[in-house]
Amino acid sequence: MPKLTIDGKEVEAGANLNVIQAAELLDIEIPHYCFHPGLSIPGNCRMCLVEVEKAPKLQIACNTRVADGMVVHTTSDKAKAAQKAVLEFLLINHPIDCPVCDQAGECKLQDYYMDYDQQPSRFPLPEKNHKGKAIDIGSGVMLDQERCILCARCTRFFDEVTKTSELAIFERGDHNRIDINPGQPVNNKYAGNVVDICPVGALTEKEFRFRMRVWYLHRTASVCGGCERGCAIDIHHHRGRIYRFKPRYNPGVNDYWMCDEGRHSFPALQNETRLTSPLVQAKDQLVVEPWGEGVRRAASIIADYKRTYGGNSIAAVVDATATNEETFILKELMKRTIGSDRIAMLNWSPPGVSGDDELLIRANKNPNTRGLAALGLKADGLDTLASAVASGELKMLIAFRADLVRALGEEEFVRRFGALDYMLVLSTDANETCQMANQVWPIAAYPEIDGSVTNFQGRVQRINAAFPPPGNAIAGVEAIARLGHALDGVDRPHTADTVFAAMAAAEPAFKGLSLANLGEHGVDLAAS
Amino acid sequence: MERILTRWLDIPDLRKLDVYLANNGYKAARKAFFEMTTDDIINEIKNSNLRGRGGAAFPTGVKWSFIPKDSKKPVYVCVNGDESEPGTFANRYQFENDPHGIIEGILIACRAVGSHTAYIYMRGEFSVQQRSMDAALADARAAGYVGKDVMGSGYGVDIWTHKGAGAYICGEESALLESLEGKRGYPRNRPPFPAIVGAFGCPTVVNNIETLSNVPHIINRGAAWYKAIGPEKSPGTKLVCLSGHVNKPGLYELPMGTPMKEIIYDIGGGILGGKTLKGVIPGGASFPVLNKEESERAIFDFDSMRTIGSAMGSGVVIVMDENTCMIDMLLTTAHFYHDESCGQCTPCREGCGWIEKIMTEMEAGQGRIEQLELLNNISDNMVGNTICVLADSIAMPVKSYVAKFRDEFEAHIKLGRCPFKTSSAQQAA
Repeated sequence: MPKLTIDGKEVEAGANLNVIQAAELLDIEIPHYCFHPGLSIPGNCRMCLVEVEKAPKLQIACNTRVADGMVVHTTSDKAKAAQKAVLEFLLINHPIDCPVCDQAGECKLQDYYMDYDQQPSRFPLPEKNHKGKAIDIGSGVMLDQERCILCARCTRFFDEVTKTSELAIFERGDHNRIDINPGQPVNNKYAGNVVDICPVGALTEKEFRFRMRVWYLHRTASVCGGCERGCAIDIHHHRGRIYRFKPRYNPGVNDYWMCDEGRHSFPALQNETRLTSPLVQAKDQLVVEPWGEGVRRAASIIADYKRTYGGNSIAAVVDATATNEETFILKELMKRTIGSDRIAMLNWSPPGVSGDDELLIRANKNPNTRGLAALGLKADGLDTLASAVASGELKMLIAFRADLVRALGEEEFVRRFGALDYMLVLSTDANETCQMANQVWPIAAYPEIDGSVTNFQGRVQRINAAFPPPGNAIAGVEAIARLGHALDGVDRPHTADTVFAAMAAAEPAFKGLSLANLGEHGVDLAAS
Repeated sequence: MERILTRWLDIPDLRKLDVYLANNGYKAARKAFFEMTTDDIINEIKNSNLRGRGGAAFPTGVKWSFIPKDSKKPVYVCVNGDESEPGTFANRYQFENDPHGIIEGILIACRAVGSHTAYIYMRGEFSVQQRSMDAALADARAAGYVGKDVMGSGYGVDIWTHKGAGAYICGEESALLESLEGKRGYPRNRPPFPAIVGAFGCPTVVNNIETLSNVPHIINRGAAWYKAIGPEKSPGTKLVCLSGHVNKPGLYELPMGTPMKEIIYDIGGGILGGKTLKGVIPGGASFPVLNKEESERAIFDFDSMRTIGSAMGSGVVIVMDENTCMIDMLLTTAHFYHDESCGQCTPCREGCGWIEKIMTEMEAGQGRIEQLELLNNISDNMVGNTICVLADSIAMPVKSYVAKFRDEFEAHIKLGRCPFKTSSAQQAA
């Protein structure tokens, strides 16, 4: 690998890296706007000008590949003067409307002004150029042409990644503006990414605009639950509410991007329908009861069925949105405590959803189908369960996150599972399956728990609890652990890391993995 | 002096194929195709010291030698006929009067670098010139000088004209290539250079029209003959576009190294109305202005012009008399670059407009003395910090005007109006 010197420090960097990336290895920031590692290099913003020894003039670090023996100065007088000059040029026609701009707080113009410029304006305010503002360009993206610094990240994203080319630069010189062609709004499933990569407040998200100042937001690393791709994301939240999802870099899974369906999937996680208390069926309606009573009730019913009809009179259906840990702890409970080998996967995607595409979107809308399969659960297990109900062998069903009524349709559900004696439903939301249940337990949605999911490629990625679940809802593993304890008096592992450790010990697919070591990008399932 | 590039002035109807053929037409091409190896051609051009006429003055033979010999991709020759530097008007006459001279130069260039396709990129306004060029191409094609089998050599060269959409920046070679590919005319980052990644991602030579027009004459008469015209390191004749306050403005073919004084006072017939010279814009609007003293000692060739801090550029001489307002001149120049900056790089996009705004105030007498320092500072911040040299093309003139005509800036500021223009109050009286 070429060895170069940046600001007096030596670094070995891969030959395909540019000077910006090599400097990052040394924790040296070279300011830049137009360069984005997922896009081509236009070299237009000129913010990354640095001094390279033996070069006659300043070089843009983004378009300078590392070379052996190269000596770079990022803080020399010449480089500093250029950084300052470029910022001044960028700001002369900028509206400086930070108080009403959603980007404020995460704006590279603000950040770099503080870090590299800090000089008063030499440009008279009334002479600024004016361009279009608050333009709805389609797909939920708003454009402010005055804030734009014309780095062309957005046009390159649509040219190079989605290959839909809805945005272009029109006019010339300081009249240049990003725009759509007349009557042809942005129409693709990845439009939100241009908001992420816009370094300034030119592109903002309609859904997020004016909802929250970004400096109040906390970030929690997670995985999008929108489909089996499992794009790495950051959940941006404040006081227990999610305000947006942002993609998080994960090479080979989602790189820098995510789709708009996933991006806009969070409101469904904080609906009015969220369950906040355990419920029990009494006189044809569900009434609230404390956890202790609910757990004792379910345990005694399970014990009765087990005694009278054997363990296999009880079955579980786990939805493919459940985490690896939830699935494992429930599988262990069924097998070892209850003595049932009846556990099936519900792997259902709503009709009419988008199919596989060439970029990220997968037709299977469940984030953990591969994880459940790796733990031995089968989607066709549902049919076996239905025939066991028909033959009278199966009396009780534990539905874990599985909205069977929605998946099968009410008629079909009643035809196949209507003869069940008893149903315990663990769910985040009140749904039609809950209406059919004898008992309902409220559990946490995925932004509220630690754990892991396995994407369709077999990448096991970590999710983290951003905030606690609402009301008396608890984590799914905790609910199962309580039920187990009520059945056998044994304290079983019930935190994500301890359940994962038990899973790694018991399941060949997870051999050698640990939750703590999954890292930012996850780890592939052990080869089977 | 013998007219070489402008021999159409001596030979009526030279634009017609039969006349061209009767006057040694396509003889050089025949020699290059049948008697010379590609190395012979490149060496002959190298030895002639022919330098690019577009403004950069890069040795043409050396440029040709950068094309990889064993390219697996096609090689293209692109001919820059996007003549749009303020003050230039040479190529248009060449297109109209000597199209076959251009074609012959292209054929030799194609043969030298192993290209089978050439594009002549013409500025958007050149409709008449494109028709002239297309007519000549049709005749040359019919007569077997252009096409699949040039003069029975088995070597094919096809040549196409392509008209731009009216952007000055498309005269910059990499923006020209982008425009030719149907994209927005944005200059490209280098490396890679066009010789490796040019038109359509393939090795490409970009030569100026005037440069290639020299080539057939060099092949016919030899490098030694060519080198004997003008200074040895900057030889040949140059098409000089003389305009402004002279009695005889126009296009002149002059040997390299003609003194500027001779151009203004002898060839140009002196200053219009017997007035005094104030200065000269040499090369084109993008080069530093000369004051009277510099103009009168300047020698017009590439290297001599550099010694006095300006350039020969594309052979422009704009003469300005004593009554010219230099602030107005700079304002006009700034307006041009503000209008023509492609807007890709931040310093140029924002700097050009800023300079024009300040110059508008200056010309109106609203300027402030500290803005002279600001003009210099903005210019310094633009020079060398962009992909192409358009930023330098306004920044360098600005600095030269501020340095050489500071008294005129000060007069505007002091008077509160332009001293060269009659005020509206005076007009009313």
